[in-house]
Amino acid sequence: MTAEPVTTEHVTTELNLRSSLHGMVADWSSDQRSFKSASWGKAMMWIFLVSDTFVFSCFLISYMTVRMSTTVEWPHPSEIFALEIGGKKIPLILIAIMTFDLITSSGTMAMAVNFAYARERRKAAILMLVTAFFGAAFVGMQAFEWTKLIHEGVRPWGNPFGAAQFGSSFFMITGFHGFHVSIGVIFLLIIARAVWRGDYDVGRRGFFTSRKGRYEIVEIMGLYWHFVDLVWVFIFAFFYLW
Amino acid sequence: MTDASVPQNVAPPPAEVPDVDLYHAHSWITKYVFSQDAKVIAIQYAGTAITVGILALVLSWVIRLQLAFPGAIPFIDANVYYQSVTMHGMIMVVYMLTAIFLGGFGNYLIPLMVGARDMVFPYVNMLSYWVYLIATLVLVSSYFFPGGPTGAGWTLYPPQSILTGTPGHEYGIILMLVSLILFIVGFTMGGLNYVVTVLQARTRGMTLMRMPLTVWGIFSAAVMALLAFPGLFVACVMLLLDRTLGTSFFMPSLVELGERKDYVGGSPILFQHLFWFFGHPEVYIVALPAFGIVSDLISVHARKNIFGYRMMVWAIIAIGVLSMVVWGHHMYISGMDPWFGFFFAVTTLAIAVPTALKVYNWVLTLWHADIHFTTPMLFALGFLVTFVNGGITGLYLGNVIVDVPLSATLFVVAHFHMVMGIAPVLVIFGAIYHWYPKITGRMMDERLGKIHFWITFLGAYAIFFPMHYLGVLGMPRRFYEMGETAFVPASAATLNIVITVIALAVGFAQSIFFYNLFKSLKYGAPAGGNPWRAASLEWQTPETPPGHGNWGKHLPVVYRWPYAYSVPGAPEDYLPQNAPPVRGERSP
Repeated sequence: MTAEPVTTEHVTTELNLRSSLHGMVADWSSDQRSFKSASWGKAMMWIFLVSDTFVFSCFLISYMTVRMSTTVEWPHPSEIFALEIGGKKIPLILIAIMTFDLITSSGTMAMAVNFAYARERRKAAILMLVTAFFGAAFVGMQAFEWTKLIHEGVRPWGNPFGAAQFGSSFFMITGFHGFHVSIGVIFLLIIARAVWRGDYDVGRRGFFTSRKGRYEIVEIMGLYWHFVDLVWVFIFAFFYLW
Repeated sequence: MTDASVPQNVAPPPAEVPDVDLYHAHSWITKYVFSQDAKVIAIQYAGTAITVGILALVLSWVIRLQLAFPGAIPFIDANVYYQSVTMHGMIMVVYMLTAIFLGGFGNYLIPLMVGARDMVFPYVNMLSYWVYLIATLVLVSSYFFPGGPTGAGWTLYPPQSILTGTPGHEYGIILMLVSLILFIVGFTMGGLNYVVTVLQARTRGMTLMRMPLTVWGIFSAAVMALLAFPGLFVACVMLLLDRTLGTSFFMPSLVELGERKDYVGGSPILFQHLFWFFGHPEVYIVALPAFGIVSDLISVHARKNIFGYRMMVWAIIAIGVLSMVVWGHHMYISGMDPWFGFFFAVTTLAIAVPTALKVYNWVLTLWHADIHFTTPMLFALGFLVTFVNGGITGLYLGNVIVDVPLSATLFVVAHFHMVMGIAPVLVIFGAIYHWYPKITGRMMDERLGKIHFWITFLGAYAIFFPMHYLGVLGMPRRFYEMGETAFVPASAATLNIVITVIALAVGFAQSIFFYNLFKSLKYGAPAGGNPWRAASLEWQTPETPPGHGNWGKHLPVVYRWPYAYSVPGAPEDYLPQNAPPVRGERSP
């Protein structure tokens, strides 16, 4: 039996695949650190965000399940989330403003990170305060939306528009997200204060942890903040647009 | 993989991260109570876990007494029985096993085994313990509220878990859910620490593939817990809202005692999916650390390197990945599309492959080894037997067609107590006997240890093995009493009495262990730094017990894997991980 001629192309792809697999394993299992460019804090935040992604996914999947399994018709989001402005009902206008607000805050956060690494601490602190302001504004608008819906009779256990699960899921998911934003605002204020005082220039020790902080904390804060924004995009898509 | 011609154990590259600056405790309170030292936190975690574990053990006696002598003991009524079943299950699985493996052994061993000074974020680590303690207290406090703890069964399935027919529906179920939410928050803080410490804070030369399997097991379990606990978290939040605010996430419209409830349109099956998305990985969150620890016990006490180290690591990872997609096998009888049943049966049975690989590797490690029948080794061997036994019945239950008739019987109780009750508990005992000298500087009494082993091992076998027969006879689990049940023969009642008597005896016999534990603190023989002549890094600390910061002035440098036993040309029959390379040595 004559051997099939093996094309070199075939051999190289196979070799590349093998060596790149081995390379990946070698990189991951290398000496001292698996993620060479990540500090402890950054690695921890990333892994926490993966875990938190699972929490939000479970919430959203549960919401989709009850939305499909409930026997009563689901209320129409574009009618419920409409505001009357100048005698006209504009659907989703508040949500549009909230989303714009939150995404803008991601922009200011990114600028804060940049200035923090450039050691321009006043600018970084001010941008973090602006980010916190946008975050607080978001929570405020959310409170306004909750109030409006509650006035219209929406409750966690039922509402006049349709399936009871509408109110349950709405308050639970937006509440949980709003909780994340609020926590973020609090930490933004704490870190902005530390940046403003120059704690990370003089190596002042943390009140609780008694460790010296670094400007990297601004970036870690930014990771959390962008994550909270990203989650909002999914809530916006699945809750308000569906 | 590794090319044999390339010398592996040359001096490792210089440190990538500067040495950490540690928090130094100034007072007794910050040193021993609100401590940021992982070793103290570990002992706090383990102490709390063992304490609630004893409570759960006593609750199991309540269950057994009722099953053997129905109605004979006045205070065990149906409510107390169901409350005992629920609390026994939940405490053992979550508050005892998970907490002791990850919070206890994880905290103590990870920094020592990877050559770190502490966990990466000691303050967060401390918070983790205190939140766990609060969660435990909230759970136990339900005994002091009107109605007592919940009797919903540890799976807490709605609708029954929050309806008025279930004991503890007033406060018990609320406290249970709040406690679980707190536990998850506390665990997340600890779990992030364990994962980041393993990934980012290893000492020079400590590649991932040179870590002891104990660390691999705990690390993989921590990763899985971070991905699986969200399912339980969400389930608890939603069930809590159903109970307190009257939402209908899980509650369909139903009539209770002739009265129509306000619930409408929820999905009870959704809870089961969320619960088991946590619940099945949870089995392996408990089992993987046990796998890891048992590998190290066998290797050290058989004076031989672990067989197929790389395959053992990949098997742990494969089990971890597969266990995230098998949760449906707990729901075969909940009503499920046959294709889903098929899918979940296939994934479930596929887990048997990496698991069997591990069992073969343990056996092959023992093959032609210099086995020392020390107490830790006996417990490791006991684990092998119970684990194989429980694993094989798992194959029965993983098949839909076998599971359907067996699911509601004592066969399932026998199966999971063998595989995730007795097996991990034997490993915990073995691990305590093994690492006690490092933690306290003194040996535990070997003779008492062996007596403790034989009573526990044979006794546990005598308790759970007959339950398989009872299950095959069709004896249902969770029933308060059988009454006049035609298909359960009278002899089953006799067997139940035998099981109960043994269970009481084995439970009391654990006092031998606690006597040994406390007596040896003061009277145990001084252990020295490395009584088992083990190669892994935790035995090479300059002080025993290890001081604050673990390593004195300089962090250790690692030259080889932790299984360098009986190395040709070495001065002793083991080479510590941090000993300089020997000429011609080929350790990985």
